[in-house]
Amino acid sequence: MFRNQYDTDVTTWSPAGRLFQVEYAMEAVKQGSAAIGLRSKTHVVLACVNKASSELSSHQKKIFKVDDHIGVAIAGLTADGRVLSRYMRNECINYSFTYESPLPVGRLVVQLADKAQVCTQRSWKRPYGVGLLVVGLDELGAHLYYNCPSGNYFEYQAFAIGSRSQAAKTYLERRFENFTDSSREDLIKDALISVRETLQGEKLKSSICTVAVVGIGEAFHILDQETVQQLIDAFEIVGEDEPPVPEVGDAEADQAEAAAPAAEEGAAPMDI
Amino acid sequence: MTKHQANWSPYDNNGGSCVAIAGADYCVIAADTRMSTGYNILTRDYSKITKLADKCVMASSGFQADVKALQKLLAARHLIYQHQHNKQMGCPAMAQLLSNTLYYKRFFPYYSFNVLGGLDNEGKGCVYTYDAVGSYERVGYSSQGSGSTLIIPFLDNQLKSPSPLLLPVQDAITPLSESEAVDLVKTVFASATERDIYTGDKLEIVVLNAEGIQREFMDLRKD
Repeated sequence: MFRNQYDTDVTTWSPAGRLFQVEYAMEAVKQGSAAIGLRSKTHVVLACVNKASSELSSHQKKIFKVDDHIGVAIAGLTADGRVLSRYMRNECINYSFTYESPLPVGRLVVQLADKAQVCTQRSWKRPYGVGLLVVGLDELGAHLYYNCPSGNYFEYQAFAIGSRSQAAKTYLERRFENFTDSSREDLIKDALISVRETLQGEKLKSSICTVAVVGIGEAFHILDQETVQQLIDAFEIVGEDEPPVPEVGDAEADQAEAAAPAAEEGAAPMDI
Repeated sequence: MTKHQANWSPYDNNGGSCVAIAGADYCVIAADTRMSTGYNILTRDYSKITKLADKCVMASSGFQADVKALQKLLAARHLIYQHQHNKQMGCPAMAQLLSNTLYYKRFFPYYSFNVLGGLDNEGKGCVYTYDAVGSYERVGYSSQGSGSTLIIPFLDNQLKSPSPLLLPVQDAITPLSESEAVDLVKTVFASATERDIYTGDKLEIVVLNAEGIQREFMDLRKD
């Protein structure tokens, strides 16, 4: 994308019918570190890469519990993500208070999307620079949604956002058909493997990733580091083993990983 | 020339009594389960006790609609606290929150007479007693509700230190064991049930200690 005369204001259309400021906000999401979500009929798993800006600092929090049955992972401007998480928590609490029942996640994402849309149509505001993977349960089962800065939202079986998410998406596209009936453990394993895909050769450790689960009979919670490390060790012992569904794609993926220059320079200013 | 009297009141009194006793490492909170209005009984099986946090339980008598509203508000505030602090609220913190919440409605109060019981940050039993507008004090034991005038003198006799002037200074926390405190509560309610028409049916006893929360019930006179 290049600068042009229609990109100063969010309230200015381009002749091609685009709002560049909104598109630039979506770029911010692509610059953030990766977040991945996958769902089965009964569980949804969120996993994200937690890169600290330096060894001295702590990791940025990217996964938030919104309610017992809803959680969110963010990518992009994490400050915007925090603010939206607070809004979501508030909405859940108020709904529970009034209706004595949990806020259906489908309702919450619409409210979120409408909130994001407002910022695309006011000259004194800017769009939120964060993409949200919202996971939750309702009477019909488990759901995964992606809310983007434009105010659009989509439901997904599996999705990845943030930098190098394409590698994870490729893996997920190969495997997603099996996810509906996956067990909880397989789902988490697939999530960790997807995270590993985005790391492009770097060793997967529990210190650089965060995993959270929600499911029927299981409240949303973030898994602690030891549990995650055990899960990683469990499937890494088996080697670079792809779970049963051997494909031609495997060999190519391995070669590509080996050859990858990994010349990715240091994080962009907002890549935390 | 008589003053105009209201023919409708926003309040009602649903009766009942609550008690809480603090021990060295436990807290007993109890309340009867009778809900009444005037001389009628609405139900014999209504709990006046609610868990606000892992280490904090509240018993309230008075107007149960206001009590329910107050309980819901505190539960929502506790959720917010957990999101912000990543931990449960301790009993002293909840005690202050309850006081502030009650005083917020100083000019249209919650008709709710509360007793808060739990474990403080050191694991010792604590009891806080309130009036309807949030004035509160940490004490070793307390009672609120229609039977409180019958119960408090008895608890004073059994638990109170003889005199504040006596040395060494006696802790307000009772030296009784947990089972002794529970027996005392049962005795106290049995007595109150005899003379207070609004207290009776069943007694709900909640005990908070290091192991967690236990609940038991005891039948009371139903007349």
